[in-house]
Amino acid sequence: MILPCLILILIIGGVASWIVARRNAVVARWIALVSVLANLVVCVGIWIAHLDQSQSTPDRWFVECNFNWIPQFGIHVHLAIDGLSFALLLLTYFLGIMAVLSSWTEIRERVGFFHFNLLWVLAGITGVFLAVDLFVFYLFWELMLVPMYFLIGIWGHERRIYAATKFFLFTQMSGLLMLIAIIALAVFHHQSTGIFTFDYQQLLETALSPRAARLLMLGFLVAFLVKLPAFPFHTWLPDAHTEAPTAGSVILAGLLLKTGAYGLIRFVLPLFPGPSRELAPIMMTIGVIGILYGAVLAIGQTDLKRLVAYTSVSHMGFVLLGVFAGNQIALEGAVVQMISHGISTGALFILAGLLQERMHTREISAMGGLWETMPALSGAGLVFAMASLGLPGLGDFVGEFLVLLGAYRANVSLTVVATLGLLAATLYGLRFAQSAFQGPNPQHWKLPDMRVREWAMLGLMMIGLVWIGLYPQPVLNTVRPSLTAAAECIPAGNCQEIKR
Amino acid sequence: MSYADVAALLPLMIVSATAVFLMIAIAIRRNHKVAVTISLIGLVAALGSLDLAASVLPRQVTSFFILDSYSFLYMAILLSAAAFVLLFAYDYLNCREEHPEELYILVLLATTGAMVLVASRNFASFFLGLELLSVALYAVIAYVRTESISIEAGIKYLVLAASSSSVLLFGLALIYFESGSMELSQFTATATRTAGHANSSLLVTGLMLVLTGVGFKLAVVPFHLWTPDVYEGAPLPVTAFIATVSKGGMFALLLRWFHVSSGHIAGAAGLVLSIIAIASMLTGNLLALRQTNVKRILAYSSIAHMGYLLVALLAGGPLGAAAATYYLAAYLVTILGAFGVMTALSGPRLEAASLDGYRGLFWRKPLVAAAFMTMLLSLAGIPLTAGFLGKFYVLTAGAAESRWVLIFTLIASSTIGLFYYLRIVVVMYARPADAGTIRDVSILPLPLPTTIALAALTGLVFLLGVYPALFWGTIVEVTRNLG
Repeated sequence: MILPCLILILIIGGVASWIVARRNAVVARWIALVSVLANLVVCVGIWIAHLDQSQSTPDRWFVECNFNWIPQFGIHVHLAIDGLSFALLLLTYFLGIMAVLSSWTEIRERVGFFHFNLLWVLAGITGVFLAVDLFVFYLFWELMLVPMYFLIGIWGHERRIYAATKFFLFTQMSGLLMLIAIIALAVFHHQSTGIFTFDYQQLLETALSPRAARLLMLGFLVAFLVKLPAFPFHTWLPDAHTEAPTAGSVILAGLLLKTGAYGLIRFVLPLFPGPSRELAPIMMTIGVIGILYGAVLAIGQTDLKRLVAYTSVSHMGFVLLGVFAGNQIALEGAVVQMISHGISTGALFILAGLLQERMHTREISAMGGLWETMPALSGAGLVFAMASLGLPGLGDFVGEFLVLLGAYRANVSLTVVATLGLLAATLYGLRFAQSAFQGPNPQHWKLPDMRVREWAMLGLMMIGLVWIGLYPQPVLNTVRPSLTAAAECIPAGNCQEIKR
Repeated sequence: MSYADVAALLPLMIVSATAVFLMIAIAIRRNHKVAVTISLIGLVAALGSLDLAASVLPRQVTSFFILDSYSFLYMAILLSAAAFVLLFAYDYLNCREEHPEELYILVLLATTGAMVLVASRNFASFFLGLELLSVALYAVIAYVRTESISIEAGIKYLVLAASSSSVLLFGLALIYFESGSMELSQFTATATRTAGHANSSLLVTGLMLVLTGVGFKLAVVPFHLWTPDVYEGAPLPVTAFIATVSKGGMFALLLRWFHVSSGHIAGAAGLVLSIIAIASMLTGNLLALRQTNVKRILAYSSIAHMGYLLVALLAGGPLGAAAATYYLAAYLVTILGAFGVMTALSGPRLEAASLDGYRGLFWRKPLVAAAFMTMLLSLAGIPLTAGFLGKFYVLTAGAAESRWVLIFTLIASSTIGLFYYLRIVVVMYARPADAGTIRDVSILPLPLPTTIALAALTGLVFLLGVYPALFWGTIVEVTRNLG
């Protein structure tokens, strides 16, 4: 019963803050903050309760709940949480709090409706990470789009309508292809067993002809690759991230992209082990192309948010590479990369938001010499730029290192090329830090430095990054059981090829 | 006719008797409120009689009518849709026409026609129902005589509907000439006959001509040319009536007599219907993209939605008919809601049809805008709305019978469709225009009947989208033995 509560708290909190905002905007913000915080607490509570009983019952799921919904098609509201979902939910609520805090002064009009949308996106994401019924999964997958569309379309910057529509169409089209694949999978299951079901674990046992499996996998793959985004499908991302308000960018980069990666790990690998193995080299190549392409384009950007957006393409390339490398280490690296990228990129977007709030521009060329007027903010900026370029000791390094380590076993040449991405990352990271914060101050900016609220946000995110960078073991321990389940589906075929 | 026959025909008789009664009442004394009350009571009584007559089902009454749970289900849908149309029409006419009462007679007659279509099992009753529906529609489309655009739409519909009826009649004649039978059930036989026993060319020609007439009423490509103009010209409640009762009645007939529960529609009929379905889905959605009049957008979107319905019909199998029925019900609820919102926003002189009129609606009237957005998202097929589950069932039916081409066209075209639904939504959320351009009308409070109707429809959209188990069982049961 606790799992639907996670979703309900956010939904009710959203409605409440919408209603309250007519009277008092500040209370609405507090309601939003408290409901996300409550979810964080509940989530940690589930974890602690699990630690107590994990010795006795080594179940696949910590907690699960199952209600009948549409019995005619065997659709259940089946929610379950395991290590992977737990880690990502923790990230969701952490970044959710940051998103609420970062819009504290930025969003001044229609505050209630803004927080309503914000909390409903988080509810959708929660549902995506919890659902183990494919129909319900699709439902939440679509549901997080609509509020996100409003977040970009109403509170975004100059070209918000264009960006919001592009985002919606890309994800909706790919989502519908996934819906067909889900339905077809259920129909095939029905044809072979006579039972109509959308349940994840039952569908895992569906016997599919290789051709059917390949086609169905493509349906899932398209949806997840668009969301990730992988190289040819990434064009919605720079627009959406740039035009969204700060909170929207944080959620897009920090969470929505992770749902794509989560889908790959949770659904594509276990449901279609055979085709995953076949397509692994292609997927790894796409990942490497994404790494280099995103990094190279990031070097050339003049708009700070656009720069960060392209670095996301690059970082998610590492995730794709890790997921399809076909071994446990790379998979763990991919998950660490997902979490630390969520924090570091989220922080960079918050930083861009803070700068824009003060300077009313996102152009890097208009900045320069900010260190003398805002030392604390610039220092924070430097830290997150370093995290993004993969400085050892910060989270991203661990993720990228593990991914490369694992990928090296699978494919040496691709890994070598992927490493070049780290080089390009140094270039864009240093270029941004140098031209924004260092050097002379030609525009003679005189700006207020960070306030307490901003300190708290960025400070917490820094602590998170350093923690993952120095001691990632708790994260790895949490996600390992679920990843083992995913990795078992891909016998180490790739490794044997290398040995030969 | 036995007692049971009369009981089975009770719904039809109540609606037509209400029309007659209303005519007399108007002759005695004109009163708008009384007229709408009598019509609503008639419709509700007919709905109630469905329940009463259910005990004598299934029953064939003369060689004209077949009354089974399928026809009763569709009659219930049509009667409720007509009731909602009347609620909207009351507010709409209250502030414009000086003689609004006759509209209700015509709407009741047209509803009777649609119900006859649903229950017919014979060429004669088929044609009777069709003409009853069409002739009443000619008059109601041109009902607001002060608008030249309305008159134009009426004439356009008259000319095209009359010619399509004659084409249909010719088709029926050809089939009768070849087979010597007036039974509608020979459609099913003709449609399923495999290549081995080819149909004679006369039979196929006749069938194609019949499909032309049916296609005209459903407004599928290439018989859709009247739709945008008539939708735009007709008064809003009448547009809602055409979109729901007229199309719903005709689709019920098509589904009953062309549905194939095992195998699929073979030969020329299958091919032609597939082409019509694909063309409707793509054309409707593509042409809607450039429109700036909401009524025209919904007209083109209705073409596409009829295409989706044909996908379910073509899929057949155990799920096809049920999926089509569910989709139709969901679509009718949604489109009624959409036109209801538009009626509610219309002033005494101008209908709220232009897209510009919706600018900033959300910030002026959040609840109405939220209802309209719900309808648009349901038309687009976003989860938790009726439209999504409808689409899900259609896709499932199609996948179960491996109709991949149709399914992928459906997906591609509904993505195109998202564009224009989102355009309306975006306009509603845009910053309001300068205070001067906001029409004073929009500040008026909503009339009570419309408010109730809209609340009910919005609730239904969510109910159909969230808890389909309530209806799905009945629908499957009802559509199991068609034909």
